[in-house]
Amino acid sequence: MEILKTAMAGTLESSDAQVTVEPGDNGIELMIESSVIHQYGRQIRAVALETLERLDVKNARVTIFDKGALDCTLKARVECAVYRSNGVSENLPWGGVIR
Amino acid sequence: MHPNKKRLRRSMMFLNCQKPGLIKDPYIYKPDSIMLDLEDAVAENQKDAARYSLFHALQEIDYHGVERVVRINGLDTPHWKEDIRVCVAGGADTIRIAKTETAQDVRTVEEHVLAAEREFGRPEGSTLLMAALESCKGVLNALEVCQSSDRLIGIALSGGDYTKDLQTTITGTGVELMGARQHMIMAARAAGVQCWDTVFTNLDDMEGFEKETRMIKLMGFDGKSLVNPRQIAVVHKVFTPAEKEIVFAEKVVREIDDKKAKGIGVFTVDGKMIDIAFYDGAKRTLAMAKAAGVYKGEL
Repeated sequence: MEILKTAMAGTLESSDAQVTVEPGDNGIELMIESSVIHQYGRQIRAVALETLERLDVKNARVTIFDKGALDCTLKARVECAVYRSNGVSENLPWGGVIR
Repeated sequence: MHPNKKRLRRSMMFLNCQKPGLIKDPYIYKPDSIMLDLEDAVAENQKDAARYSLFHALQEIDYHGVERVVRINGLDTPHWKEDIRVCVAGGADTIRIAKTETAQDVRTVEEHVLAAEREFGRPEGSTLLMAALESCKGVLNALEVCQSSDRLIGIALSGGDYTKDLQTTITGTGVELMGARQHMIMAARAAGVQCWDTVFTNLDDMEGFEKETRMIKLMGFDGKSLVNPRQIAVVHKVFTPAEKEIVFAEKVVREIDDKKAKGIGVFTVDGKMIDIAFYDGAKRTLAMAKAAGVYKGEL
């Protein structure tokens, strides 16, 4: 999927993550800020990249402010931001690339 | 019949799907059911975000046997069709239909659930339904709603919207809900489905909450929708048979079985006159005690 416009999902509340995706042309540029970056930084990065790969996002600037989100929340926020950037909110591929 | 159609549902705790912190571990409070909300608790511009959270929660979080009910948006909104798709794809146990007014509302949802079960490879008939009655029309149509579908496990009163439609307010006395409660429980029993009472939102009045819970138990309700984990223990205490009731129910069942074989129709147990009319009630007490984990006997 192409990132057509800047989109955001999530909040800065505890157990959540705020994810912003912006159009890019230099692969995936990922910035992560987290209160648990030393313990879980690699894991957060891996989940975000894996989710973007599944959604076939090849170029994007992605910013994540993590507040202790579980992997399932992080995936949900990345997916939501990507689909919002495409203006899509119906007939989603649940269980397909969203899994 | 679906094996979970009549399961124990004393407590149904609402949780906002928009808040990851709320839906990640509610099983620790041990409600019988959680109600993951896509409707009123979710802001209009966050409906999509709530669905992604719901899908991954259903797929990845172990809720330790707690029933996972999802409240979808009403049929008068643009959201309900995608809500149904995500519920079924994620494997929700039950869908709560908001603002149900007619049997046709249930059948419309049922058609879309069946289509989603086929689309996502879920067993046909595996997703159960419950209907929230939130208007005078819905309450008056309770019986046809209760009889609308084999998937329907029961009906729930939504007091806030109902009193708005009635042009009154929640007073705390229960007088404004009396007619709806009585009518709904009769409709549910006539159709052989369950019935749940509305939420009690004043968290500072735990005494009033317990009083209301005792009243709706006496009226015949199966349980109550809840807004806070603090309310769970109270509901379970009220809806779980006490040791004394279990012992008496056991005696009643045994004595009726025994006396029936001897051709005796009426007799006394612990000084109370008993006949066959007490049999089903005693069996129900034991079944509820068993389901609540406080009775291990063989009856």
